[in-house]
Amino acid sequence: MAETQMVARHIPDRLEGRGARLVKSWETLLVAVALAIFLVNSFASPYFLDPWNLSDATFNFTEKAMIAFAMALVIISGEIDLSVASVIALTSTVMGYAVQLGFDTPALVLIGLATGLLCGAFNGLLVTGLGLPSIVVTIGTMSLFRGLSFVILGDQAFTGYPASFSWFGQGYVWWVFSFEFCLFLALAILYGVVLHKTNFGRAVYAIGNNQTAALFSGVRVGRVKFVLFLLTGLMAAVASICLTARLGSTRPSIALGWELEVVTMVVLGGVNILGGSGTIPGVVLAALIMGMVTFGFGLLNVPGIVMSIFIGLLLISVIALPILYRRFRGSR
Amino acid sequence: MLQDTTTSRMKPAIALEGISKTFPGVRALSEVSLALYPGSVTALVGENGAGKSTLVKILTGIYQPDEGSIRVDGAETHFPTANAAAKAGVTAIHQETVLFDELSVAENIFLGHAPRTRLGLIDWRRMNADARALLARVGADLDPSIRLRDLGIASKHLVAIARALSIDARVVIMDEPTAALSHKEIHELYELVDRLKADGKAILFISHKFDEIFRIADRYTVFRDGRMVGEGLISETTQDDLVRLMVGRDVGQVFPKQDVAIGEPVLTVSGYRHPTEFEDIHFELRRGEILGFYGLVGAGRSEFMQSLIGITKPSAGAIKLHGEIKVIRSPAEAIAAGIVYVPEERGRQGAIIGLPIFQNVTLPSLSRTSRAGFLRMAEEFALARDYTSRLDLRAASLDQDVGTLSGGNQQKVVIAKWLATRPKVIILDEPTKGIDIGSKAAVHAFMSELAASGLSVIMVSSEIPEIMGMADRVIVMREGRIAGRFERAELTAEKLVRAAAGIEEAA
Amino acid sequence: MKVLLKNREMLLVVAIALLVALIALRFPPFVTPRNLANVYNDTSILIILALGQMAVILTRCIDLSMAANLALSGMVAAMLNAAMPGLPIPLIILVAMALGAVLGAINGLLVWKLDIPPIVVTLGTLTIYRGLIFLLSGGAWINAHQMSDAFKALPRTAFLGFPLLSWLSLVIIALMVVVMRLTPPGRAFFAVGGNPHAAVYTGIDVGRTRFLAYCLSGTLAGLSGYLWVSRYAVAYVDIAAGFELDIIAACVIGGVSIAGGIGSVGGAVLGALFLGVIKNALPVVNISPFAQMAISGTVIIIAVAVNARAEKRKGRVILRKAEAAHG
Repeated sequence: MAETQMVARHIPDRLEGRGARLVKSWETLLVAVALAIFLVNSFASPYFLDPWNLSDATFNFTEKAMIAFAMALVIISGEIDLSVASVIALTSTVMGYAVQLGFDTPALVLIGLATGLLCGAFNGLLVTGLGLPSIVVTIGTMSLFRGLSFVILGDQAFTGYPASFSWFGQGYVWWVFSFEFCLFLALAILYGVVLHKTNFGRAVYAIGNNQTAALFSGVRVGRVKFVLFLLTGLMAAVASICLTARLGSTRPSIALGWELEVVTMVVLGGVNILGGSGTIPGVVLAALIMGMVTFGFGLLNVPGIVMSIFIGLLLISVIALPILYRRFRGSR
Repeated sequence: MLQDTTTSRMKPAIALEGISKTFPGVRALSEVSLALYPGSVTALVGENGAGKSTLVKILTGIYQPDEGSIRVDGAETHFPTANAAAKAGVTAIHQETVLFDELSVAENIFLGHAPRTRLGLIDWRRMNADARALLARVGADLDPSIRLRDLGIASKHLVAIARALSIDARVVIMDEPTAALSHKEIHELYELVDRLKADGKAILFISHKFDEIFRIADRYTVFRDGRMVGEGLISETTQDDLVRLMVGRDVGQVFPKQDVAIGEPVLTVSGYRHPTEFEDIHFELRRGEILGFYGLVGAGRSEFMQSLIGITKPSAGAIKLHGEIKVIRSPAEAIAAGIVYVPEERGRQGAIIGLPIFQNVTLPSLSRTSRAGFLRMAEEFALARDYTSRLDLRAASLDQDVGTLSGGNQQKVVIAKWLATRPKVIILDEPTKGIDIGSKAAVHAFMSELAASGLSVIMVSSEIPEIMGMADRVIVMREGRIAGRFERAELTAEKLVRAAAGIEEAA
Repeated sequence: MKVLLKNREMLLVVAIALLVALIALRFPPFVTPRNLANVYNDTSILIILALGQMAVILTRCIDLSMAANLALSGMVAAMLNAAMPGLPIPLIILVAMALGAVLGAINGLLVWKLDIPPIVVTLGTLTIYRGLIFLLSGGAWINAHQMSDAFKALPRTAFLGFPLLSWLSLVIIALMVVVMRLTPPGRAFFAVGGNPHAAVYTGIDVGRTRFLAYCLSGTLAGLSGYLWVSRYAVAYVDIAAGFELDIIAACVIGGVSIAGGIGSVGGAVLGALFLGVIKNALPVVNISPFAQMAISGTVIIIAVAVNARAEKRKGRVILRKAEAAHG
C-alpha cells in the first residue's frame, strides 16, 4: 500500500540540477568579480603577476579570513562576535608576557590558544548562560579584552619572540606558499566541511532561521551557540599567533578595527547579517577579493584609509544592491 | 425588536462590498460583503481560518483588499494605512491586546492623538484627566499614570477599550474579547458593549462562544473558507442554524474516525504543576487512543504540553512511559524518549522557514540519517520522501523552501518532521488551525491512521467539531486546571462548553 | 527603600554617590564643589552624545557612527575656521550641526528605505566618515595656532562661574527632556522600540521615526564635533576614535535597553556621569589611566546583565490564585 502512495504523488528531490543552482548563486557572482579584479590588477601594474608579490599579498587577508570562517558560523546562527580583534590583542599580550617569563614556542602556542578559548567561553557563557544579546556583550568584552591588554602593556610593547615562533608568520611550507596561506586553505576546507557536511552545521542553519523551532525540534541551541563562540575565540587566537609572529612584537593597539573588516568579509561573502544563510566558499572568495583589492590599491600607492572607505561602501552596497534589485524587479 | 427595525432602516456606518484578498497559495477572502450599523452589534462567526482575521486587517488598514470597495457613510474610501482607518473612526481591540507595556495607561489610551498645549506640546495633565474619565466610562478603576506592564490581562483589555473610546471610534471591532477573561469580567464587558451600543457605535463582535453571541449581538454574519455564507438577525436564527452555516455540514460526518482497539497505558502523567500556568494535571494515555484536550484560548493547555517536552520546567510532577519513570529536561530528551509535540504556532515554533522541505523533515532525526556526525543527503531525501508522501504533501520539489508552501502544506511538513522520529506519543496542538478544508481532512485522516497503527495521540483543539469528531476521550481544561473528563459516548457540545466556561450543570 | 531601588535612576544616583564617597576616602579633594563641577564639564560632551544615542537605541536601532560623525563635523568646523577666521562662531556651529544631521540622515535613510540592519549601516558609515576626514584634510592636523581665539574660547567662556560647555550640555538635557516627554516624535521613539507591531496599528510610521532618531543623534554628534575640536584645540583623522563604545556604554549603564523601548534622559545622563567620574578618578587614586578601557568594558557587561534581569518578562499567569499573588 505504501508503494501505491509513493507512485500516486511523486515529488522530485530537486527541480534544478547542480549546474543551474551554481550559475544562479552568489558565489558565481563573486568568482566573476574576483576574476575582473584580477584582470584589472594585472593590466594596471606590471608587478601584480609576480608569484612572490602575490604570495606577499596573501598576508593581508589570511589572518582575517581565519576569523571570518568562525564568524560566518556565528552570524549564520543569528549572533555576532565583535570582540575578535580584542581577543587578538589580549592573546598576543598574554603570549608576550609568557615570553618574558621564558616560555618556549610550543608553550606559547598553547598559552595563546588557551587564552582565545577562555575569551570565547566568557562570551559564550554571557550569551547562552545569561541570555544576553551578543551584540552588547561583545561590545563590552571588546572593550574589556583590549582594556586588559592596555592594563598589562600600557604604552609599552613586548618583543623578543623566539626565532622558531616567527615561523608561524614568516615561514614557507613550499616555494611561495607561506604557512599562513596553507593554514588558511586547510581551515577553509575544515570549516566548509563542518558547516555544509555535518549535523552541527545543519543545526547552525536551523538556529539562524528559526531558533524557537530549532529548539522545539530537539536542537541543543545553547550548546551549539556556546561552541560557536568558543570557535571565534579560538580562531582569533590562531590569527593572533600568526600576526604576532609576523610582526615580531605586541602592542595593545594590535589589530585595531579588525572586527569590522572580518564582518565585512563575511557579509561580502554572501552571509545574511540577520542569520540563516551563507556559505564558506563565499567567504573564501570574499577574502580573496578583499585581499586583491588591498594589494592592487597598494601597488597604485592608494593610502590605507581610502581602502577603508572602499570597504565601508562595499559593505553597505553588497547588502543594499540585492534589496534594490528585488524591489526594482518587483515593481515591474 | 425595536432595535432591529431601527437598524434596518439606518444606513450602515461602514460597508464592505465584494472584498477579495489572496495571499501566495491561499485565497483568504473571496467577494465578501459586510455592513455594520450604528448602535448595533454584529457577530462575525466562522471556524478558524475562515477569513475573519484577514477581514479585520482590511477594516483596520493593515491589509489592502485586491478587489472590492469600502464605504464609510456611503462614500467610497480606501484605508492605505492603519492611520487612515483610525482617522475614519475604525478601531480594533485584539485577542492579544497589542499595546505598549512600558508606557503609562494614559499614554496607551492617547498615543498618536494626545491632547496638546497651545505650544503644541503634549498636555500630560489633561491627558491623565481625560484618561481617568474614559476609564471611568468603561468601569475601570485604574491609575492612568501606572505602567501597562503592571496590569493584568483583563485590565489591559479595558485600557484597549478606553483607547477605542478616546479616538471617538464609530466602528469598534472586538476580536474574541472574552477569550482571556473571567466570568465576572465577561459580564462587565457585556455591560460595556451595551453602553457602546447606546452611544451609537457600530460594533463587530468576533466570538466562538454562542451563548455570548445570543446574549449581546443583534445581527450575525457567517464566514466559511473565505466566503460569506449567511447573514441576518440574531432574533431570527438558532444556534443549530449558525453551527450548520459555519461548518457547512453536519458535525461528525466528515471526520474519518477509525475504530481502534485501545490498548495498554503508554503515558502516565501525575501531579504536574507549575507556579503560574497549571496545576494538578494527571491522566493516562493508552495505545491507539486519541485523547482530546479542549478548553478556551489561554486555558493553559499549550503551556502544559510544552512542559511535558521540557520547554518549561514544571515545579512538580512525574511522567511514566510504559511504566517507566522518565525525566525530560529538553525537547531533545523528549524526542529520544519517543514523545513529540507538534506546536500550535506553526510559523514560530514548527516550520523552519528558510530551510528546504527535506531539511525541515530530517532535523529531529539527523542522528538516524547521518553517520558519525556527517550528513548523508541521500538518506535525508529518502526519509523526507517517505513521510511527505504519506501525508500527501503538495510541493514542486523537496528542496523547495517551506516558506513557499501554503499553510496546510507547511503543517504537513511539520507533522512529517515529527513522525519521522518514530514517536510513541504524538501531541498535536491545534493541528488544523488556519489551514484549508482539504488539508484539514488530510490531517484528520492521517491522525486516525496513526492511532490505528498503534500510536498514542494527544490532540489539543479549540474546535468543538474536531474534538467531537476525532477524540476517544476528552479532558477539558480551564484556568490551568482540569475541569472535566468525558468519554466519547457521553460527549456533547454543551458539556464541553459548560466545563470550559465554568458554568455549573445545575445553573 | 525597596521603591527607591526599583527606580533605576535612583539606583544609579546611589551608585555614583558610593563611587564618589569611595574616591573621597582615598583622595578627599575630589569631592570639592570646584572639582565636581570640573568632572561634570569634562563629561558634558559624552552626555550630549549619549542623549542622541539613547533616542536611536530606544527605536531598536544603534548608531556606531557617532564618533566618526563627530570627528568629520569637527574637522570641517576646524577647517572652516582655519580658512576663514572671520566667520562667526555660531555660523560654524550651525554648519557642524547641519553636517552632522546630514550624516545622521544618511544612516536613517539606509535603515528606513533599504531595511539594512542598523548595525551594518553604521559600521559601514563609521569607516566611510573616518575615511572622508582623511580625504578632506589629506591626513594633516589642524592645530591650535591655526584656529581663531574666538573658536577655541567659546566652550571655556565662564558664565555665572561655570564654563559655557557645561551650560550648553544642561540646555541640551533640558531640550531632550522636552522632546522625549512632551512631543509626539519623542513618545514615538518609545512606542516604536517597545512594540513596533502595535506602533503600526496606532498609526506611527516606524521607519520614519527611526529616521528622525538618526537625524537627532547626527545633529548632536555634529554639535559635539565643534565642542570637541574647540575644547581640545586640535583636529585630526583619529579624534574620538573608539568613543562610540563609551557612548553606548553610557546608555547601557543608564538603563537604556538595547532591545528598544526602555530608557530615560535621566538614565543616559547618569550613565555618562558614572563613566565620567571613573575616568576623572583613576589618575587621582593612582590607577593607571590604561585601566579605563577595561573598566568601561566590565561596567557595560554588568549593566547589561542587570538590565536583562530587570526586563525579564513575567511568565503567563493562568492560575487565578497565582494572579492574585502577583497582583
